[in-house]
Amino acid sequence: MTPEHRKYLTAPLIDSNPVTLQILGICSALAVTTSMATALTMSIALTVVLTAASALISLIRRHLPSSIRLVLQITIIAALVIVADQILRAYAFEMSQRLSVFVGLIVTNCIVLGRAETFAMRNPVWPSILDGLGNGLGYSLVLMIVAALREGFGAGALFGVQLLPLASEGGWFTPLGFMLLAPSAFFILGLMIWALRTGRPAQIEPDAFPRNDTGAEEAGR
Amino acid sequence: MADVFSPFEVWRRFLALPNDSRGKTLGVAFGVALVAAMAVSVTSVALKPRQQAHLDALREAQLAGMIATLPGLGDILRETGAETLETVLVDLRTSLISEAADPQGFDFLAAQTDPAQSTALSSEQDIAGIGRRPDLAPVYLLSGQEGLALVVLPVYGTGYQSTIRAYLALSGDLTTVAGLSIYEQGETPGLGSRITDPVWQGLWAGKQALSPVGEVVIRVVRGTAQGPSEVDGISGATRSTTGVTRLVAFWLGAEGYGPFLSALKAGGRP
Repeated sequence: MTPEHRKYLTAPLIDSNPVTLQILGICSALAVTTSMATALTMSIALTVVLTAASALISLIRRHLPSSIRLVLQITIIAALVIVADQILRAYAFEMSQRLSVFVGLIVTNCIVLGRAETFAMRNPVWPSILDGLGNGLGYSLVLMIVAALREGFGAGALFGVQLLPLASEGGWFTPLGFMLLAPSAFFILGLMIWALRTGRPAQIEPDAFPRNDTGAEEAGR
Repeated sequence: MADVFSPFEVWRRFLALPNDSRGKTLGVAFGVALVAAMAVSVTSVALKPRQQAHLDALREAQLAGMIATLPGLGDILRETGAETLETVLVDLRTSLISEAADPQGFDFLAAQTDPAQSTALSSEQDIAGIGRRPDLAPVYLLSGQEGLALVVLPVYGTGYQSTIRAYLALSGDLTTVAGLSIYEQGETPGLGSRITDPVWQGLWAGKQALSPVGEVVIRVVRGTAQGPSEVDGISGATRSTTGVTRLVAFWLGAEGYGPFLSALKAGGRP
């Protein structure tokens, strides 16, 4: 693997993370992160689908008519998602019950279509696989951090293993019920993005709608 | 020679077409759709038995769960020493217990749609919206020292947008509902799906389902229930709860288990 290839894999982890830099895929990031186990399953499912979709779309990129390319990309992604969902239902039934519709909603996850359209359509197969895998791992990293904070503070456990003794069972830890509600994922994500952009100012985006009313207009009247 | 037919030559020429030509657009769209459909179908068919086994296990767990929560059942089990329910197959055409098939190996789900094992219903008969009624249906009977203690009937019907499947348990008097357990539905999440709420299903217990002459009287009403055979509705789930009323009415009625229950009440095993 050349250094350039390694960059495809490592850049999406922090520098161009799909969740914290591009703010994509946050719907599932807040829905499945109440426990580490569901977040891990969702991460694996998305990473597998994203890598396979990038590989397949890159493989046929030279023969995709531009007028129907998005339809075909979605068809490929949807087929992969259904296959992943069916496998989960057959081999991890309880987990698929807990994830309910969210595995199916990978189809609408902007990361998958985003990588297909911006990267896999324009690059050979091997870099596309690495890019898909890298972005999947970047998404997984954010999900695992959010899930660790939410399950840790919300239930005093990690992967269902009780680490902090609960007050209701004679211990000292009172769980923060708020952590198990969806808004807490927004707060954690927001704080993560703030911390990341403070440490790496290059990630701060320019103002898309700059103010131009500096007072000069009024002065000229 | 160009006129020698070769699939490879056709394939090569197809790939060489300009991407936006009509033939290539149609060909690529068809090819991608075909491969995607094949992948989905093969996975779905190959994994179906495993998934069905999980669903069956879930259903059995829910049946056991419902029976465990019914009042007094633990005592009955202890008195009789019975560990499991007795399963019988009822022939709904004759309302007699059928000895023709083995209840353990009977596939009720397949019988519901198989034309050879079911009877078409007219639109007046078909209040549950199921189209065909299976000829044989399993019934679970539990007997205590004072005779029959509980009858569990598998029931199903159309709700707002899906098939609702449930177990309806009747007490030993065969008129009072002992419990209702909905184990499969695909109603609107958050609205119709609230029919799976254990609190709402708990409202059914103790209600009078059949009048002394065998008419189905139980129903879900809007607002607050009055009388011994009305169940509170769920606001926002009117269509789904109506579906439950209709399927219960169908299965307790003349086309469902009604005649079998009457015969059972009249004494002895039909």
